[in-house]
Amino acid sequence: MNIHIPTPLRSFTGGAGTVAVVGDTVAEVFTNLTSEYPELKQQLFNAEGKLRSFVNIYLNDEDLRYLPSKEATTVASSDELTIIPSIAGGAGCSCCPLLP
Amino acid sequence: MVNNTDLMLHIPYSDYQAVRAHGEETYPHECCGVLLGKSDADGNHVQQVVRAGNTRSDSAHNRYNIAPQELVKIQRQARQAGLDIVGFYHSHPDHPAQWSPTDFAEAHWIGCSYVITAVAKGKAADTNSFLLSGTSEEDKNFVDQAVSIDVASTTPKGQA
Repeated sequence: MNIHIPTPLRSFTGGAGTVAVVGDTVAEVFTNLTSEYPELKQQLFNAEGKLRSFVNIYLNDEDLRYLPSKEATTVASSDELTIIPSIAGGAGCSCCPLLP
Repeated sequence: MVNNTDLMLHIPYSDYQAVRAHGEETYPHECCGVLLGKSDADGNHVQQVVRAGNTRSDSAHNRYNIAPQELVKIQRQARQAGLDIVGFYHSHPDHPAQWSPTDFAEAHWIGCSYVITAVAKGKAADTNSFLLSGTSEEDKNFVDQAVSIDVASTTPKGQA
């Protein structure tokens, strides 16, 4: 199946924006992905081996976190996985004065 | 070796104005969106600006968040157009165009440009860009990024 790699992680996949990885479940696909591209492992997972909190994984258009079987979800070769780090932020505090 | 200070943000004037206008439209709330284009040794080149919704309706005056589902769609749109996500933008209503601790904590796209427009009392003021530099979450940092506004360029219009 194809895995779409976000721009910041492409330096760990030899510049590829999409890589093809085999596997019967999402977990298997990720094991094979990080086996083929070892440097991706620490980018995607924390020291405990859990997916970093800001990394979103989509199976086609479904958020992996909300799939009943999560990582154990079975996949077909025609499915697509997208790795998408979160985008958020903001001015935050209200302690600064208004702009002139 | 490429020095980070050489990595500019190149943006057509129309897109630059669209980013600023978006901040004025959503004032007093923060706007947000995605910059599509290409990256090279010269920096990030914007070719299209895509507006995104701010899901932080609970605190939209000082927070923004783009729904991952919307990002997936934007990334797909970029791929089909032969473009990459090269940056993001948002506004700081009545707040300086400088990255905040929140911006830094929530920034994860290393190599991408984070553009911030200060909107003072409804009018766009300064617009600055910050390059998220580093190799991982552990050593990331924001670097002031020069912005080159291309007044001659007439790229196809984005959604902004």
